[in-house]
Amino acid sequence: MYMYEFAYRRPKTLAEAAGLFGEFDNPSFVSGGHTLIPTMKNRLAAPDVLIDLRAIPELNGIRRTGDRLEIGAATTHFETSTSEAVKEAIPALAALAGSIADPQVRHVGTMGGSVANNDPSADYPAAVLSLGADVVTDRRSIPADDFFDGLFGTALEEGEIILRFSFPLPDFAGYAKLCSQASRYPVAGSFVSRRGTGVRVGVTGAGNDGVFRWTEAEAALAADFTPEAVEGMEPDAGGMIADLNGSAEYRAHLVAVMTRHALRSPGTAYVR
Amino acid sequence: MTEISITVNGELQTHDVEDRTLLVHFLRDHAGLTGTHVGCDTTQCGACTVHLDGRAVKSCTILAAAVDGAQVTTIEGLAQGGELSDLQQAFKQHHGLQCGFCTPGMVMAGTDLIRRYDGELDEHTVREQLEGNICRCTGYTNIVKAVLDAAGKHRAKRT
Ligand SMILES: Cc1cc2nc3c(=O)[nH]c(=O)nc-3n(C[C@H](O)[C@H](O)[C@H](O)COP(=O)(O)OP(=O)(O)OC[C@H]3O[C@@H](n4cnc5c(N)ncnc54)[C@H](O)[C@@H]3O)c2cc1C
Ligand code: FES
Ligand code: FES
Repeated sequence: MYMYEFAYRRPKTLAEAAGLFGEFDNPSFVSGGHTLIPTMKNRLAAPDVLIDLRAIPELNGIRRTGDRLEIGAATTHFETSTSEAVKEAIPALAALAGSIADPQVRHVGTMGGSVANNDPSADYPAAVLSLGADVVTDRRSIPADDFFDGLFGTALEEGEIILRFSFPLPDFAGYAKLCSQASRYPVAGSFVSRRGTGVRVGVTGAGNDGVFRWTEAEAALAADFTPEAVEGMEPDAGGMIADLNGSAEYRAHLVAVMTRHALRSPGTAYVR
Repeated sequence: MTEISITVNGELQTHDVEDRTLLVHFLRDHAGLTGTHVGCDTTQCGACTVHLDGRAVKSCTILAAAVDGAQVTTIEGLAQGGELSDLQQAFKQHHGLQCGFCTPGMVMAGTDLIRRYDGELDEHTVREQLEGNICRCTGYTNIVKAVLDAAGKHRAKRT
């Protein structure tokens, strides 16, 4: 099927990208295109120009700088999953990247595209929120706690470009998810991290408002960092998604189960 | 219309295409290589899988203009000097081609898989890694056998 007509541009600098964004009526940035192009095929979005960000140097590269790991927004899931720097600094993040979709999609989809899209069932938002990363854009640096804003919503303004993600290194990180048998997107996924005495639990796939921090579990784990500490706890089912993949009560239970799996599997992504 | 040059199976293909042209359409309609199939058109089935700069991708969800200057290999480019690749031969031998529609994508994904793992594959890994390719006719049994067979040949040839 041929798509409707639109223009495609591949700027080499941020200034050029910003300029192009101003020239068209209904522009859209594109990175891997593995969310946007299917959306356009279904006519759920109809930009008149796609401005490809991948050739801009500021969006590329993975760097370890002291106690932080910086990953360019245009980095593919495959690059993140195989990067020695990521595997050494935050192995659970590399494992999560390697668990997204299938090999062909991982060769093209990018972290920037996934996080900018903030699909309520995407994997990366759980990691970005749990690890307390900063989302660095061409205008400012946004702490993860201020970035995600409901289903598909983010703090990004019109024309704002994510350049990279800056992750503080955790002492512990683990991820666990149960995937939908049809789409393989998480029905519930929990990313648990600890840095010093601070514990953060980022939950994806389950919340009515998208990715969220399960603060009750965080408090319990800050006192006792063991799977037993969250035994018997569940997030409020009132805030959970109910759909074909499961009821709200099932989801609430699953979040608890996945959180315990994440605690037992440091450095990995436990996928069921 | 923009002029785009992509090296397909070692041959430079330069064509004037619309910006909306997907890589799969560039290959089929402009380069005349119809071995790459469109199954689902929604990035799920893998029938359109080709190698882009050496890596398996779904060509139904990549703009041709976005890969201007790249190297692409399609199913037509796997045989060397008229000789089928080890994986193509293994598909024949184990009857992995079945309905045939998704076979080109299966072979391209399998070839990439054997390369990425340098032939060190077991059945579980092959099944897991073929997640992006949908076969509706059987339980993948013969396809998996073919990939494991070719992976063994790859290991034997390794120096
Ligand atoms: C078959 C299939 C299965 C999948 N399964 C999963 C899964 O299990 N889990 C999962 O998490 N994901 C899954 N995905 C989604 C996949 O990971 C996407 O690649 C990813 O979510 C989007 O990344 P992209 O680079 O392709 O973004 P694009 O499609 O290029 O862009 C998505 C959105 O982000 C914007 N954008 C892109 N880059 C930037 C930037 N740097 N700054 C500002 N805005 C930007 C675009 O304008 C667009 O609105 C799946 C996709 C497919 C096709
Ligand atoms: S046609 Fe491309 S994945 Fe199905
Ligand atoms: S080989 Fe085509 S559906 Fe199985």
